[in-house]
Amino acid sequence: MTAPTPTAAKPTVQKDRSMAMQKAMVDGNYARLARAEAERRKVAYTFVPGNINELLMCFDLVVNYPEINAIQNGMRKKSGRYIMEAEKAGHSEDVCTYVKADIGMMLKGNIGPNDERLPNPDVLMLSYTGCFTFMKWFELLRHHYKCETAMLHVPYEGGSGFSKNSRDYVVKQLKETVIPTLERVSGVKFDIDRLREYLKESQKAEENWVWVLESAKHKPSPIDSYFGAIYYISPIFTAFRGTPTATEYYAELRREVEQRIANGQGPITPEGEMKNEKYRLVVEGPPNYTSFRDFWKMFYDEGAVIVASSYAKVGGTYDFGFRHDPDHPLESVAEYCLNCYTNHNLPERVRMLETYVNEYQADGLLINSIKSCNSFAAGQLMMMKEVQKRTGKPGAFIETDLVDPRYFSPANVKNRLESYFQMIDQKRRATAA
Amino acid sequence: MTTTKEIIDRCEKLYEDMDFTAARAWKEAAPGRHVIGYMPIYVPREIIHAAGMLPLGILGGGDQLEVIHGDAYYQSYICRIPRSTIELAVSGKLDFTDGMLFPSICDVIRNLSGMWQLMMSDKYARYFDVPQNYQDDVGGVYYTQELHELKEDLEKISGRKITNEDLRKSIAVYNENRRLIKDLYELRRKAPWKVPTTEVYLLLRAGMVLPVEEHSQMLKDYIEAASTEDRPLRDNCRVVIQGMFCEQPPLNLIKSIELAGCYIVGDDFMMVTRWLTDDVPLDGDPLENLSQAFLHHSENVSAKYVDREEDKGIYLVDLVKKNGGEGVIFTSPSFCDPALLDRPLLQDVLKAHGVPYIAFKYAENSGQMQPIREQAGTFADSIKLWSEQ
Ligand code: SF4
Ligand code: SF4
Repeated sequence: MTAPTPTAAKPTVQKDRSMAMQKAMVDGNYARLARAEAERRKVAYTFVPGNINELLMCFDLVVNYPEINAIQNGMRKKSGRYIMEAEKAGHSEDVCTYVKADIGMMLKGNIGPNDERLPNPDVLMLSYTGCFTFMKWFELLRHHYKCETAMLHVPYEGGSGFSKNSRDYVVKQLKETVIPTLERVSGVKFDIDRLREYLKESQKAEENWVWVLESAKHKPSPIDSYFGAIYYISPIFTAFRGTPTATEYYAELRREVEQRIANGQGPITPEGEMKNEKYRLVVEGPPNYTSFRDFWKMFYDEGAVIVASSYAKVGGTYDFGFRHDPDHPLESVAEYCLNCYTNHNLPERVRMLETYVNEYQADGLLINSIKSCNSFAAGQLMMMKEVQKRTGKPGAFIETDLVDPRYFSPANVKNRLESYFQMIDQKRRATAA
Repeated sequence: MTTTKEIIDRCEKLYEDMDFTAARAWKEAAPGRHVIGYMPIYVPREIIHAAGMLPLGILGGGDQLEVIHGDAYYQSYICRIPRSTIELAVSGKLDFTDGMLFPSICDVIRNLSGMWQLMMSDKYARYFDVPQNYQDDVGGVYYTQELHELKEDLEKISGRKITNEDLRKSIAVYNENRRLIKDLYELRRKAPWKVPTTEVYLLLRAGMVLPVEEHSQMLKDYIEAASTEDRPLRDNCRVVIQGMFCEQPPLNLIKSIELAGCYIVGDDFMMVTRWLTDDVPLDGDPLENLSQAFLHHSENVSAKYVDREEDKGIYLVDLVKKNGGEGVIFTSPSFCDPALLDRPLLQDVLKAHGVPYIAFKYAENSGQMQPIREQAGTFADSIKLWSEQ
């Protein structure tokens, strides 16, 4: 699954300062990765959901997020080739395409989305949170790189909320396996006060980020919480959470959104500003990246704005109250991991989507089901029915893939969306009558 | 003495019975009895048994159950077992169960646990997590606590306390069952022509629905009968099959591999029956003992994390060697992430150890076996040719 860092979606009509900042951050991390070997910096690979970025920074590690590379390669139309490469090398056509996009890239020399070679990992930080595939993915990378792996098993929240036992288990793993491994690999001694400092920064960014997310409750919504959020989440979900740069970014983003609200403006899209908000939707599931801009345009053309999405929560469900806590550093890192969206059980996910439909006054729930992502997709049909039943708002279901262009069928998706919007119109007429 | 045929006929009836008549009868035979369902791969059945309950293995609908409702719950790109399991539930075939355990094996079963909670809010449904950290003071402490919670949940359902003595008795009963299954596998290793894997499979399936004591007796009877019965020895090659730890292969798939000229001498069927590799000690704290057995004496399958690269896949090489296997057939359910993501890793390890392999996929309701038979036949021939050179 994951988060994002799209820099590839072509010319935006209006470039906000926050956008330039976001792009500079993403490019900066790729540049750091490209220099890492020359500068003899140690490199960690890790996953977005449940990442322990603040902790990794305590060891001066340069961090690579393979999911982000898959997304970037998807947007740059490279992922299809990489997926085929992995399939040629014996990987099944049935499994997660993120893994194959990454492995294909590795087999082709590990040239990153910025066209520079990515450094080999010194440590694979396997934060096993909310997705089974993560475990196999890093076993596959370890097999190739023969490097150290630190496993952080985050138990699934099978009931409502996580148990103390689960939290204690995660904290113990941090203390007894993760931190010692990172110390050994990096040669840097762990300093809990350094972690506290990073967590303070995280907290500040998280406050502003939640404010931005909730701004979508305005009518018209000043942001798009799915397509647009892909850009917004990139710093906080990846290598920047805990840095002053990220704090600054979210403060700036908030200022811009405040301004848009004051001006009564809708979200900025690649096609220009959304002038006429006709439909307000909640979306469940990751987007398609190989035709990201075309996909977004299908919504823009209809005047549909996404006011809340679960995907913007894969790297943290901050809008339900969680904040990193410098006073309880390791405990709060553990709670963060436990709280990721895909680590919530289905009833919890349904409750969250129901809340979004109601609180954001949405016209309904749209599910974009990702063919190769069991973590998100298994059970989504039932989720849709439940949310429909509970909110009385119509739902719709489309199927695409994250980074495999073979599974994005524009005509089908467009047809489905058009009928969905007609359904919403009918529903409105019936309510008005 | 009962013959193998009589025993296997009974197993086949149990296997085909999608109404779980035997488990229903067990429940009705005395008041206050409870039945707890569980999915693959592993749950500590000892605790359910100690609560006086029947642990009932739910392994999907195979090729006998017509899936009418289940497909409405799942997209086409998700494996079959969750949809047929839902089918069993919505068609009322599991109405006599008192709860369900969903072990941590993959995201599909994980999410199914939540669907169950939404669909059957009046029934007990627990996602049963196991540690992927195998240190006593980390994963061990976590897991022991999970076992305590499971025990308490079951106490609430049954309305009576589970004592340590109850647990020890149940552990002893399951130790015996595991020993017998080991004996069965040992007999198959020595004389695979006397113990066809189709029969091993059906015997293990019977263990999913029968009380363990009855199943152990059945295993004893079968082993005794199979040891003495004469069956013709064929010029077959010896293969290990892998990838069937969750969604079940159609019985015909196993038969087809055997008919294609293979003796199956290793498999990963119903690992719950042999997940723990040694006897669980009876003295000391029983839940602690179950936890220790899980951490330090348990089997390997693709859903388990392997801590050290050098250990990855070695279990499979060992399984091949120990059983005199000459090759591996990977046969996994379509869309099964654990099996299919692991496969290239395992294949690399086999390659490094000079073990030949082939791979194909199935669905629990696959009907067409001809291609599989041909592939397995060609594989068997190539192994024979290879060994003759
Ligand atoms: S299965 Fe889904 S959540 Fe997991 S890595 Fe793949 S895309 Fe991400
Ligand atoms: S068959 Fe595979 S993917 Fe399907 S539920 Fe079982 S382990 Fe999961």
